[in-house]
Amino acid sequence: MERPEALAKPDPVDSAGYAGASAKLSDLPLTDASVLTSPTMLTVENLNLFYGKKQALFNIDLKVAKNTVMAFIGPSGCGKSTLLRCLNRMNDLIDDVTIEGSVRIGGSNIYEPGVDVISLRKRTGMVFQKSNPFPKSIYENVAYGLRIQGVRDHQILDEAVETSLHSAGLWDEVKDRLKESALGMSGGQQQRLCIARALAVNPEVLLMDEPCSALDPIATSRIEELIFELKKKFTIVIVTHNMQQAARASDFTAFFWLGKLVEVELTEKMFTNPRERTTEDYITGRFG
Amino acid sequence: MVRHFDSELQDLRDGLMAMAGQVEEMIDLSREAVSEGSSAKADRVKELDRKVDEQELKLDQACVDLLALRSPIATDLRLIASSLKIIPEIERIGDHCCNIARRVPFIHPPILAGDALERLAGETRTMVRRAVDAFVNGNAELARQVIAEDDTVDAIYVQIYKDLLRLMLADPLCIERASHLIIVIKNWERIADQATNIAEEVLFILEGVNVKHPYLPRSQSEA
Repeated sequence: MERPEALAKPDPVDSAGYAGASAKLSDLPLTDASVLTSPTMLTVENLNLFYGKKQALFNIDLKVAKNTVMAFIGPSGCGKSTLLRCLNRMNDLIDDVTIEGSVRIGGSNIYEPGVDVISLRKRTGMVFQKSNPFPKSIYENVAYGLRIQGVRDHQILDEAVETSLHSAGLWDEVKDRLKESALGMSGGQQQRLCIARALAVNPEVLLMDEPCSALDPIATSRIEELIFELKKKFTIVIVTHNMQQAARASDFTAFFWLGKLVEVELTEKMFTNPRERTTEDYITGRFG
Repeated sequence: MVRHFDSELQDLRDGLMAMAGQVEEMIDLSREAVSEGSSAKADRVKELDRKVDEQELKLDQACVDLLALRSPIATDLRLIASSLKIIPEIERIGDHCCNIARRVPFIHPPILAGDALERLAGETRTMVRRAVDAFVNGNAELARQVIAEDDTVDAIYVQIYKDLLRLMLADPLCIERASHLIIVIKNWERIADQATNIAEEVLFILEGVNVKHPYLPRSQSEA
């Protein structure tokens, strides 16, 4: 289409130029600027993990800032779920595992001798790939963690259940059937119930291992929206195979390959201009 | 193994090259139409513009389809996002050629002495050629050269503009031709700006760095 001979840029004859401009690109970042200045919540230092003689993680150094979402991505077998399970000592349950290095949550090393692992797991809630509600009522699922901590006061339990279900975006859907079995809920609701159960004990860190891999796009979208809300209160680490999910839901992304941390970056940088060629090849689907 | 997506991206690159090739032909014809006073060549420029417009629609759609269906990231995303900006730049160069061609009947006999007008067109033509080459060959150095060359074109443009003002002051009978010539040189200067914009997009594709508006500070995520 031919258009009028309009001038879009200043004419070179006009010497005024852009001298008066004062806008800053940094005023309009895609990322919420607070994620760049958040204090560190979780620090992994020189972490090595062996299954017997086979080394699965190599010298992992990583920091996760408070109230941010960190996504772990990488091909199957790269060590991302293994590392996630190191963050609440879930690997302690596997025979013949040796772990070297440290994981600090809020400053204290969770691998120090004498650390109470049950207490640690209250601080680090976990949500798994497949929802795993207990064969109990919706109410009892959420109250479970508090009950085994010895809480018996009904008012405290009621408040905790309601608050956790609200935080998990489930309250309005289940408030009239709290005594019904959790097993009658849809897959997406069951997964949000598991999130509510994890939140009930008021953790500092929420670990999510492919929480949406068994869910349809609508249920996935609800979990992702939930992650966005939950990071205001919690620090979240999520393992995902879904590149778009990592792009949508996280502030930072860490790419793992063959047990090594290849690159950790602001998510928007990782998905537009990754630093490492291996990362580029993986996220664009050219290998893996 | 060549992925289907890779062949679609290559189709996009090929389409952009074809569109750029068409516009380069329009630039050559405009240049010749001005220097020779050829209305036939000027008419041919306007005919070619329709083809360029058709290519723009086709490539725009291809980019939107790739974004919708392939969810591209990293290099792929940068290529498609920048193509969406390069396509209208190329199309706009075609428009400027039409603007130049429309002035051909009104600028003869020539009033400008020397070869400044031809130099302006020649330098601009070179910038477009190099910007397209930088895109085709992934040559960041050439893209930077194009951006630097814009100052040369601007300087020639300003010089001709001043010469035309002097001519008009000295001889009112040449005011009409000089006025049309000012529009001609303005369009050449704008084509050089468009070549600069293409070169900036090429650098974004190749290096992921936005080099536009260097006087503005960059956010941390762009660093």
